[in-house]
Amino acid sequence: MSQQPLLNLEKVNTHIDQFHILQNVNFTVKKGELTLLLGRNGAGKTTTLRTIIGLNPPTKGRVMFNGEDISAIPPYKIAKKGIGYVPEDQGIFYDLTVGENMRVAMMKEDDATQKRLESSLELFPDLKKFWKKPGGQLSGGQKQMLSIARAFVNETDLLLIDEPSKGLAPVIVEKVIEAIEKIKEHTTVVLVEQNFYMAKRLGDRFYILDDGLSVHEGYMNELDENEELKRKYLGIG
Amino acid sequence: MELFINLAINGVAMGMLIFLIASGLTLIFGLMSVLNFAHGGLFAWGAYSGVFFYVLLDNFWLGILLAIVTGILLGWITEFLIVRPVYGNHIRQILITLGFMLVLTEMLKVVFGPNIINAPTPEYLQGSWMIGDITIIKYRAFIIAVGLILFIVMYSVLRYSKVGLVVRAGVMNKEMIQALGVNIKKVFVIVFMVGSALAALGGALFAPSSGAIYAEMGMEFGIFAFIVVIIGGMGSIPGSLLAALLVGMANTFTAYYVPILSMVVTMLIMLVVLIFRPQGLFNVSGVSNK
Ligand SMILES: Nc1ncnc2c1ncn2[C@@H]1O[C@H](COP(=O)(O)OP(=O)(O)O)[C@@H](O)[C@H]1O
Ligand SMILES: [Mg+2]
Repeated sequence: MSQQPLLNLEKVNTHIDQFHILQNVNFTVKKGELTLLLGRNGAGKTTTLRTIIGLNPPTKGRVMFNGEDISAIPPYKIAKKGIGYVPEDQGIFYDLTVGENMRVAMMKEDDATQKRLESSLELFPDLKKFWKKPGGQLSGGQKQMLSIARAFVNETDLLLIDEPSKGLAPVIVEKVIEAIEKIKEHTTVVLVEQNFYMAKRLGDRFYILDDGLSVHEGYMNELDENEELKRKYLGIG
Repeated sequence: MELFINLAINGVAMGMLIFLIASGLTLIFGLMSVLNFAHGGLFAWGAYSGVFFYVLLDNFWLGILLAIVTGILLGWITEFLIVRPVYGNHIRQILITLGFMLVLTEMLKVVFGPNIINAPTPEYLQGSWMIGDITIIKYRAFIIAVGLILFIVMYSVLRYSKVGLVVRAGVMNKEMIQALGVNIKKVFVIVFMVGSALAALGGALFAPSSGAIYAEMGMEFGIFAFIVVIIGGMGSIPGSLLAALLVGMANTFTAYYVPILSMVVTMLIMLVVLIFRPQGLFNVSGVSNK
């Protein structure tokens, strides 16, 4: 078996307009793991995910996915290579129904996609219940579930999820955690999360970003014991 | 009463023609956030090529068909040459598309001559039906029928087909639809060509109803279409239809009863709508420039 990582950001620099947001970020994701991307507000976590999916392509450095350089290809091609994206604002199409949101996301109409659709609906029964309801009328938690299901309905090798617990009540957060635990069994995940409880439950490895720099990486249990790291970069403790 | 009904029918027919230009424009506006002031030029080119090929080939339907083809080709050229370099920059879009509008208008004069050209109506669409005291001009009924059919087709395609879903989703959130594996640039080009074809079809249908065509007509109808898009809510096809009918009716009625107002009535409607519903009559929620 090759030891090649599934995703590898090599000294990635990203500018938004004239602002230099990511600076030489290194970030490696191994197949089958859930890698956390942590850091304060404004650290560059969202920008990192947007750089991977191609919405803010790097100005310098490389993004390698499955051994292929994807830094210069458009987002739709990156998505087709097997990267699913659940953005911070969920990206729900408000006027489209839940069903239409799912349908518009389905890249193929084969049996495998149909199977994944069914299992997403088992995972999130609310989506089935509100199948004909416009996406804009869902609750925050339901929008999050729709966004995850929409990314998961395609054959993905990697799922990028940006702060899924944001603004959700603890009961709903619990549901989202359970869902991601199941999804984790099928696909590699990069999870941005400020909720440390959720991070601890789900994460295998972690990276910490600060001011656009990758400042730390390690296994989740190491982070949990490292009070200084938590205090300095995550504002916990 | 008869007068009222006759005027109303005229108004609806005019509204349908405006709808054909506005429907393409609203999609271009809503999906790509492109201010295309050259759109009216496609209408004029549609009118000219419709008349030209009708007379040349002695076949009204072939004229319509070739006007649509002209619209598709010109739409493709416009997207590729004019609009593509200025995506995301409204000021440049206004300047370059206005400039291209003038080029399209002048090119018409170069190709077809500077004079007003007569536009014939096929015999079977001439004349009118009398129902009691109500006169229904056949060609107007024809325009209304075509407009309605196209509305239903467009609406159904947008509502139920996968392509339609993609376009609607793209209007709401351009970034997300790409992150879901859709090549939005390809969709842009297709929508641009379809929108241009609709404008050209509108022109080709307009020509016989007015009896004469002239190069500047594109400018006049283009402005109408823009106002209709704003009133209807950008990106909304039903909104465009409703607004176009409103504007068509208002123009016809004021032109008859208070001619002095007919120039400003469209602006007045826009003003009133914008005061009470700044997002237009039909709001496509989540419209963003992302
Ligand atoms: N569109 C933008 N224009 C300018 N600066 C931006 C833009 N988006 C993000 N930034 C800046 O980039 C930095 C990182 O933002 P972001 O990636 O959203 O951080 P995080 O997700 O970690 O909170 C912040 O300082 C933010 O202000
Ligand atoms: Mg963020």
